[in-house]
Amino acid sequence: MATNLRRFKRFGSVFINNSSPLRGLSSSSAVLGSVDGQVQQPGTGTGKSINLYTAINQALQIALDSDPRSYIFGEDVGFGGVFRCTTGLADQFGKHRVFNTPLCEQGIVGFGIGLAAMGNRAIAEIQFADYIFPAFDQIVNEAAKFRYRSGNEFNCGGLTIRTPYGAVGHGGHYHSQSPEAFFCHVPGLKVVIPRSPKEAKGLLLSSIREPNPVVFFEPKWLYRLAVEEVPEGDYMLPLSEAEVIREGSDITLVGWGAQLAIMEQACVDAEKEGISCELIDLRTLIPWDKETVEASVRKTGRLLISHEAPVTGGFGAEISASIVERCFLRLEAPVARVCGLDTPFPLVFEPFYMPNKNKILDAIKDTVNY
Amino acid sequence: MALARRSSNLLKPLSTASSSSFLHRRPFSTDDSTTITIETSVPFTGHNCEPPSRSIDTTPKELMTFFTDMALMRRMEIAADSLYKSKLIRGFCHLYDGQEAVSIGMEAAITKKDCIITAYRDHCIFLGRGGTLLESFAELMGRQGGCSRGKGGSMHFYKKDACFFGGHGIVGAQVPLGCGLAFAQKYRKEDHVTFTIIITMVWVQLNGELQRVLLITSVGIYVPGLKVDGMDAFAVKQACKFAKEHALKNGPIILEMDTYRYHGHSMSDPGSTYRTRDEISGVRQERDPIERIRKLILAHDIANEKELKDIEKLARKEVDEAIAKAKESPMPDETELFTNVYRKGYGVESFGADRKELRATLP
Repeated sequence: MATNLRRFKRFGSVFINNSSPLRGLSSSSAVLGSVDGQVQQPGTGTGKSINLYTAINQALQIALDSDPRSYIFGEDVGFGGVFRCTTGLADQFGKHRVFNTPLCEQGIVGFGIGLAAMGNRAIAEIQFADYIFPAFDQIVNEAAKFRYRSGNEFNCGGLTIRTPYGAVGHGGHYHSQSPEAFFCHVPGLKVVIPRSPKEAKGLLLSSIREPNPVVFFEPKWLYRLAVEEVPEGDYMLPLSEAEVIREGSDITLVGWGAQLAIMEQACVDAEKEGISCELIDLRTLIPWDKETVEASVRKTGRLLISHEAPVTGGFGAEISASIVERCFLRLEAPVARVCGLDTPFPLVFEPFYMPNKNKILDAIKDTVNY
Repeated sequence: MALARRSSNLLKPLSTASSSSFLHRRPFSTDDSTTITIETSVPFTGHNCEPPSRSIDTTPKELMTFFTDMALMRRMEIAADSLYKSKLIRGFCHLYDGQEAVSIGMEAAITKKDCIITAYRDHCIFLGRGGTLLESFAELMGRQGGCSRGKGGSMHFYKKDACFFGGHGIVGAQVPLGCGLAFAQKYRKEDHVTFTIIITMVWVQLNGELQRVLLITSVGIYVPGLKVDGMDAFAVKQACKFAKEHALKNGPIILEMDTYRYHGHSMSDPGSTYRTRDEISGVRQERDPIERIRKLILAHDIANEKELKDIEKLARKEVDEAIAKAKESPMPDETELFTNVYRKGYGVESFGADRKELRATLP
């Protein structure tokens, strides 16, 4: 985590040529990976432009190919999954490694814990993050505590739960939620959310090879929408390292996943009004990279956090509290949170509910002019 | 088509009998109270129970009602399909066409005091419970006039006055709820039952012995069951009547309705990757629930082809009118975003970004 300041300099100019905000969020700190977790910098300019679900598909293909003890299972994954993330994998690796399960999330995760406890890499898919709640008991009480309660005799570190989260514009109550904060309240788990295809591939491979259970939320709005160059080979991105994706001096913005594209737009608009914003992608929510955020807030003196989940009890609250503890005397304004409203995720009211660009822009101005 | 012709001599051509359909009324040329005895398409298969007889009595009136109501349901779903494709319906949308006989047959066997709870494929169940086309289309399009005031959408239709406990978004999540409903009925010593619909199975509780349901198949070993042709409204009616009696007397029973969905699972599923187009058109030709009733009506000279076509045309017209009216219904007021989160007037606050200026007490 101490490398953050170095990264600012090294990758500060990466976005200059990108006009589209989605493309503009491209990853800048990819490192080549290998099965034993050694990380190296990837070569540049080797990748093809692909979308996010194809990047996930590549990562899964590499995970299966590089470790014969890895398995993928979940609802409809044998056919390629509802978002096509597992397309072709059952054909390539066989139905004993990529297979469908009954519609029973509790069963899917429980099965994954058992599989991982035998030393395998269990890659479970929950079809929508909205459906993860039946598995909550298995994740919280079994997966997260297995290592602790057995005094390290057992663990299910090989377990990775992939699940699409977030709004898509018309998903309604049960295909739009962002439940990441529930899992951030559980020591023993890691929670990872990528923002772009390149990030998704590298972070997913790290999550799969990570010796702790990981809940990996995929921004489903970006599955087809986000396109960028992704290295074709095997590479991993470090967990628990935030990334400064836009440098600035007046205010620090922290977010993750699909929300970063919205925040980026707000940063661009704020810049036109003379406000210089620093944008940080947290990438891993727990354990999160406090140092990078702290260093940035020490520089700017202001902090804004934005996520789609309801504001009350969201992970923004945790970031806010931690940064106030660390930077109290440096803060020049209260920490702002631009998040989903405290209502169930609405159907026709989605545009009101969402923390959109204008809400963020208003909060940036309010905070800077406090 | 299994049809007992012996009853046809009972038919007497008569004057103004009318359909009691929830749709519309029109005169038919046959005495609507004449008894016709017909046979279900295939025998029932019982599990841990003696299956009911294949033979069932009906009337011209009932046949016409079945036809009219199913034609309307079919038309509604086809219209919903095009509304979704033209983006007037947002959210998720699961269509019922092909399965009309389940709702129609079930409603014919039970009362509106029996509870129904179902999953997300709920439009026609709502209609069967007495809901209107206007409420349905308004809800589908997220308008104030919808049965859930535009706040639920396709998957969340409810009708409390007809004991319809609604459409539920998560597969299988409604099953334990149904157990609770049934237990409440039993506790109150009511002579009613709960029908819990899970995909194409109908799980009828007794006035309710609570069973912990993990997978319907594992429950299926112990709980009596009946396999029913879910494409035959009369088989469904017979089975639901049997199930209700069984449930009141003995306990829960599972009805496996062998039915066929013409559309894919939802609007994002073309429905053609796991089955062939030939299979779908084969079912349409041989097992279609509306065609089955049409043949019965024609065979018994209750109405002629043209009259039946007219009914279908009328259904189309009523659907079109309901859609036009539903489009006039305004979107919910913006303040509705904050209503119904908690009980009204309990002072719970919602916060905006700064948690000071931007705050509202939830209405």
